[in-house]
Amino acid sequence: MTLLISLLLGVTFGFGLILAGMTNPAKVLAFLDIAGNWDPSLALVMGGAIGVAAPAYALARRRATTWQGTPVPVEAPTPVDSSLLVGSIVFGIGWGLSGFCPGPALVGLGAAYLPATAFVIAMVFGMEAYEWLLVARGNQFEVQSGEG
Amino acid sequence: MLIDWNNFTPWSALAGGGLIGLVAALLFLGFGRIAGISGILGSLLHEQSAEAGWRLAFLCGLLLAPGLWAAVAPDGLPLHTHTVDAPGGWAVLVAAGLLVGFGTRLANGCTSGHGVCGLARFSRRSLVAVLCFMGSGMATVFVSRHVIGA
Repeated sequence: MTLLISLLLGVTFGFGLILAGMTNPAKVLAFLDIAGNWDPSLALVMGGAIGVAAPAYALARRRATTWQGTPVPVEAPTPVDSSLLVGSIVFGIGWGLSGFCPGPALVGLGAAYLPATAFVIAMVFGMEAYEWLLVARGNQFEVQSGEG
Repeated sequence: MLIDWNNFTPWSALAGGGLIGLVAALLFLGFGRIAGISGILGSLLHEQSAEAGWRLAFLCGLLLAPGLWAAVAPDGLPLHTHTVDAPGGWAVLVAAGLLVGFGTRLANGCTSGHGVCGLARFSRRSLVAVLCFMGSGMATVFVSRHVIGA
């Protein structure tokens, strides 16, 4: 049951990305191009998403359990560190070079869209490189899977 | 700065964003899970846990979305506008993929995890992350279009 709901939520998330224009790299780059013909649409995507999600998070915080019956996770406040800063800046460079971020790239892969497919393969290698470096550094950073 | 009113699509952007937010909301209220794509994919690649099932199902849904969309939407998919004909197009795309994969794992989140879920719960870390990737994304486009490409 959880699997079926997750599948449907994934489809809905993908529909949202397509409807919003996020799966069109040209539109994403037009949003990032503030010095050119700026298309502010994607700011509204984020606004629309936060507008719906924020009340839900506020509601969840006041509940003891999820609808599934498990405890609502309490976010431990973690400090801003160099991993967050460097990682986000590196991610932004890749985003600005291609117009793809992970979700829309996966939708593009699902559409057998060749540029997205090449991007996703490279992205998985990038993720692997991160894991490999972590191991090489003797797990200096703890692997987290919370937010992303 | 010139606003490109011809390509500005406020209603579909808000509606699409609303759907994304709805999924984030249901995933957290229902299961206590965060709708962050890089985290879902990255964890699926590396963790043997009970979480693997829903993560895989969610990603399968994401992959099925364009096919289902194309089956019902009269205009088809608004995807195919990326040009990779330019010299170095594919190389840039591959480099971008590597950077996005590495960066999102190091930062523990991407546009969905930090940009939607993180900001929606007023996380200071996520706000910093969003400012960083928006800033470096805009700087990259500025350099590639107006410095190198000029």
